[in-house]
Amino acid sequence: MNYVFQFGDVFNAWDELLTGTWLTIRLSILAMVLGLILAILCALAKTSGPKPARWLVAAYVEAIRNTPFLVQLFMVFFGLPAFGLRLDADTAALLAMVINVGAYATEIVRAGIESVKKGQIEAGRALGLRPLQIFRHIILVPALQTVYPALTSQFILLMLNSSVCSAIAANELTAAANDIQSRTFRSFEVYFVVTGIYLALSIVFSGVFAAIERAFLRRGRP
Amino acid sequence: MRSFGTGDLLFILAATRWTIALSLVAFFGGGCGGLLVALARTGTIAPLRYLSLLYIRLFQGTPLLMQLFLAFFGPNILGFSIDPWVAAALGLSLNASAFLGEIWRGCIESVPKGQWEAAAALGLRYAAIMRLIVLPQALRVALPPTVGFLVQLIKATSLASIIGFVELTRAAQVINNATFRPFLIFGIVAVVYFLMCWPLSLYSRHMERRLGAAAR
Repeated sequence: MNYVFQFGDVFNAWDELLTGTWLTIRLSILAMVLGLILAILCALAKTSGPKPARWLVAAYVEAIRNTPFLVQLFMVFFGLPAFGLRLDADTAALLAMVINVGAYATEIVRAGIESVKKGQIEAGRALGLRPLQIFRHIILVPALQTVYPALTSQFILLMLNSSVCSAIAANELTAAANDIQSRTFRSFEVYFVVTGIYLALSIVFSGVFAAIERAFLRRGRP
Repeated sequence: MRSFGTGDLLFILAATRWTIALSLVAFFGGGCGGLLVALARTGTIAPLRYLSLLYIRLFQGTPLLMQLFLAFFGPNILGFSIDPWVAAALGLSLNASAFLGEIWRGCIESVPKGQWEAAAALGLRYAAIMRLIVLPQALRVALPPTVGFLVQLIKATSLASIIGFVELTRAAQVINNATFRPFLIFGIVAVVYFLMCWPLSLYSRHMERRLGAAAR
């Protein structure tokens, strides 16, 4: 093996890698929050909405879950301008990620909502809670507590998947790696280091999710 | 710029065979690797157990795109160049090994301990117990999640387009660069992926429900 590893060029670009890491974290968290909101609305429509709404959500979920994220990303970035909606790469990446994770999370949240026992809702009604209070305290919060582990592993997958957004040159970690690579030609070294950063990110994310669970979800659980 | 014609459509549809070929190769490679990982994870040799756990954690904790890049650029370092087709097949197989290994570990562990003990009492050795008693029972449980993973794998082959392998997504990009009808072209591609994945998803869910009903 005659190859000489040269990580110097990669570490010289540490500020770019740091910015890329931060952008990946921000993009992922934004997509998680917005995706969860979308998922809650869709799960609500699917469990208790009118029939057409149920079909619409089912079609959305099936369409997203059976096509690749990369193609969805291209549809948003290259396809939407045909309808006069021109988005910059970062916004398109965020939108595609929200649409994508929204579909997966819809199924997870729906399973959580369906796991709430009917007697709980009836008990809430008997106590005189208003429908919105019942939805919030008796259905949504316990449902989210039940499916929290499934949601968090979906979110970690989302974070790892965000690297695909480099294909439309959205600003995140993989795109930063591509920039460094095209300048230094140290392809293997760059991607090796960035893979390590992603691994660290997924470990940190699962640690933070576990800490959130310990701090907020176990306490006061029925 | 030229307009989108029948020839372009056929070019895209013909590229589907490379998506299918890559999926099958990766599924076969991942199946072989996954079986080894699952056996190592459930086995009695401690170093192998930890090694396979590390393997699973590494591949599940990093993006598939990075794994493909490393599979593409890594062999160059060892002195032989590798074309995108081999790199994609290699990267996807290694990735699938980790995921299938983890799925199948659960299936092997779902076989009750009493089965092991009864087989051992009958004088069977590890290999015979695995082959005759445990794996056939684990297979039934494994079918729905394995088919579900195949759907993931078919979708994952689209990332091979980023390292330059001309499969369905890459073919669409090529045609789109010439004709610039993105919504139509990527729409067609999405439909093709959907037609490959949806029946498998439905089958997986159907099998899962049947298995659930049988267990009750």
